[in-house]
Amino acid sequence: MYRIMTKKSLNPTVTQMEIHAPFVANKARAGQFIILRAEENGERIPLTVAGCDKNRGTVEIIFQTVGATTMKLNQKQAGDFLPDFVGPLGNPTKIEGLKKVCVVGGGVGCAIALPVARALHEAGAEVTAVIGFRSKDLLILEEEFKAVSSRLFVMTDDGSYGRKGNVCAPLEELLSAGETFDEVMTIGPLIMMKFVAQTTKKYGVKTIASMNPIMIDGTGMCGGCRLTVGGKMKFACVDGPEFDAQEIDFDEAMSRLRAYSDFEAQSREQTCNLFKMQAEGGK
Amino acid sequence: MPNFNMQPKKHPMPVQNPDVRKGNFQEVALGYDEQTAKEEARRCLNCKNRPCVSGCPVGIAIPEFISCVAAGDFEAAYEIISRSSSLPAVCGRVCPQETQCEGKCTRGIKAGCEAVGIGYLERFVADYHNSRIAKRSEAETVAGAAEEQAKKEETETLFATDKAVQKVAVIGSGPAGLTCAGDLAKAGYNVTVFEALHVAGGVLVYGIPEFRLPKTIVRREVENLKALGVTVLTDMVIGKVLSIEELKRDYGFDAIFIGSGAGLPKFMNIEGEGLNGVYSANEFLTRINLMKAAEDNSTTPVQRMKTAVVVGGGNVAMDAARCARRLGAEVHIVYRRGEEELPARKEEVEHAKEEGVIFDTLTNPVRILATETTNPRDKDYAWVRAVECVKMRLGEPDESGRRAPVVVPGSEFTINADCVIMSLGTSPNPLLKNTTEGLTTLKRGEIAVDENGKTSIEGVYCGGDAATGAATVIKAMGAGKIAAKAIDEYLKSKR
Repeated sequence: MYRIMTKKSLNPTVTQMEIHAPFVANKARAGQFIILRAEENGERIPLTVAGCDKNRGTVEIIFQTVGATTMKLNQKQAGDFLPDFVGPLGNPTKIEGLKKVCVVGGGVGCAIALPVARALHEAGAEVTAVIGFRSKDLLILEEEFKAVSSRLFVMTDDGSYGRKGNVCAPLEELLSAGETFDEVMTIGPLIMMKFVAQTTKKYGVKTIASMNPIMIDGTGMCGGCRLTVGGKMKFACVDGPEFDAQEIDFDEAMSRLRAYSDFEAQSREQTCNLFKMQAEGGK
Repeated sequence: MPNFNMQPKKHPMPVQNPDVRKGNFQEVALGYDEQTAKEEARRCLNCKNRPCVSGCPVGIAIPEFISCVAAGDFEAAYEIISRSSSLPAVCGRVCPQETQCEGKCTRGIKAGCEAVGIGYLERFVADYHNSRIAKRSEAETVAGAAEEQAKKEETETLFATDKAVQKVAVIGSGPAGLTCAGDLAKAGYNVTVFEALHVAGGVLVYGIPEFRLPKTIVRREVENLKALGVTVLTDMVIGKVLSIEELKRDYGFDAIFIGSGAGLPKFMNIEGEGLNGVYSANEFLTRINLMKAAEDNSTTPVQRMKTAVVVGGGNVAMDAARCARRLGAEVHIVYRRGEEELPARKEEVEHAKEEGVIFDTLTNPVRILATETTNPRDKDYAWVRAVECVKMRLGEPDESGRRAPVVVPGSEFTINADCVIMSLGTSPNPLLKNTTEGLTTLKRGEIAVDENGKTSIEGVYCGGDAATGAATVIKAMGAGKIAAKAIDEYLKSKR
């Protein structure tokens, strides 16, 4: 059992937790992920590590409430326990030798982009950060990004904060003005990463995307997380989760991510109703 | 022994009616009753040269345990089996006895005669024993808080520095790991088993379906090991959370056994394998067995397919096909060689047929066709629509001695299906290889071992699928047993 040490709401749908898992905390590095179960008999879900504290033995996760499991996870409070918390899985971000990097995060993906930006910053790289959200009330981690980047662009789809537009706009402007990067690192919704990859490809800038497909064991056994990268089949759990974004078949990845969307919708509704009944019963 | 039962055939195993069982996940075989077990045991001639024992990878004293069954002393029979096997209830169910002990049985030599039902008897003895201890263990069910305490204590055993007892780490809690751990615990070592998943049992839990091996049985076998003093730590991916080097250096493990099992599922490398509705057998079986996706209140989904094409002809393919059948699907096994060449156990093939699985042998898929949608928003959201196949014929024998399948030109046809389950075996998991310096692997990635399971690193042993590639439960157990003996000798020499 793994104790939830702290819980904080970052915006109406995104929650940050610190989980006591000393073995994982001791090893986890930026870019790796964990798999957890929110309750006994619950499903296994992968979440990318948002940070860790070796001294306190805690691992930080940041998740968006999208399905039944994240909804149940979000119902847990500091002091509660998770039955399972496995990791660190996948390969860490390669930061060696990078001097100048642009980190592009979208939505809850910014939670994973942040430790990467931080690791780069601590390794002495110059970090440009571009973070995008649908609207102001979904903005997260702005201060944290400011602290680890020399330039920060905040974008919102509706213009309610920062600049109006998507993350590709400032990226395109920088690149077309002759700005160069050793690498662009992108983490966020698949569709956003697809367009980031298209933008950078025009300028021949190497781009890495962090993938988070459906998976079960996270150790290479099930093959559910397979992707097509450069025409070859890759397993996100053992070969990734980071891949050359310009080589990833994002359309296939988007299709596969939706495999259980009907089931998820139904399951979420059931969970909602369950909570509603509990809430009404408690009154 | 006088009073032999000379009937030529073994007493049949009572089974659930096929029409009923294709709609449920309960165990197919129902087991002998006491009377039938005694009668079957009396078919054993108690041969002096014990051919059956030579066919058993773990060397169970078969005639001796069968004599006890004939005499009605079932606990004594259990005692004899458990001297050699850590998992009798499991082996009685999943061993391919027809090619092992029963394949050598004197009673089965003459045409029209059948071997003694050694597997059925082993199963009976184990179930008899377990049903008697079941009541005791039920009373010991622990609540959440107690479990947390237990987990804490278990983790603390990692740091135990009692130098009087040598420590062994066992990586993986499948048949190889459990056997190795059991034997070493019995020999007095401090044994810790590290399991990557949230439940111990490995393939016995995630791979083999409930209807062939009820999970309560696996759980009980794991509890039996814990009762011997073995610590089982779940959620621990060795190679990631701790390296083999750290286990030795920082946690004082004197020897390590790697039983991490087979690895990455193979695909065919044909068009359409990225479509929704294409599973590896590992994924499909894990969803159903480990994650209970077929149960109504499960939080883990699995596709409720109309028609499934299972590609492959091994035991895993049969398991996947029979699971899909139980989800209500029409199921085709597509296998490139002929029915005679199916690598699965005969009994599994028969059971699958009885349950209505369709066998398309001498057939091979060439591509998987996608659904087409007219909704532009959904243009990339694609599922399996059909499988295009070709007919095969058997040509000249290849290097394995089997006749190689050859494509029949112009024989393309499609099977309409919304699900494809690839059951083509696995390639070794690179996880430990990549994180363990000095660990030598073979060309295809299997961990290299000598005949005692010793790897290229001192004090590190390996057995089961991690060393051999995908094989059977009992072979993995045999390897775990051999390695346990070698580890015992190694540790004695280090004292």
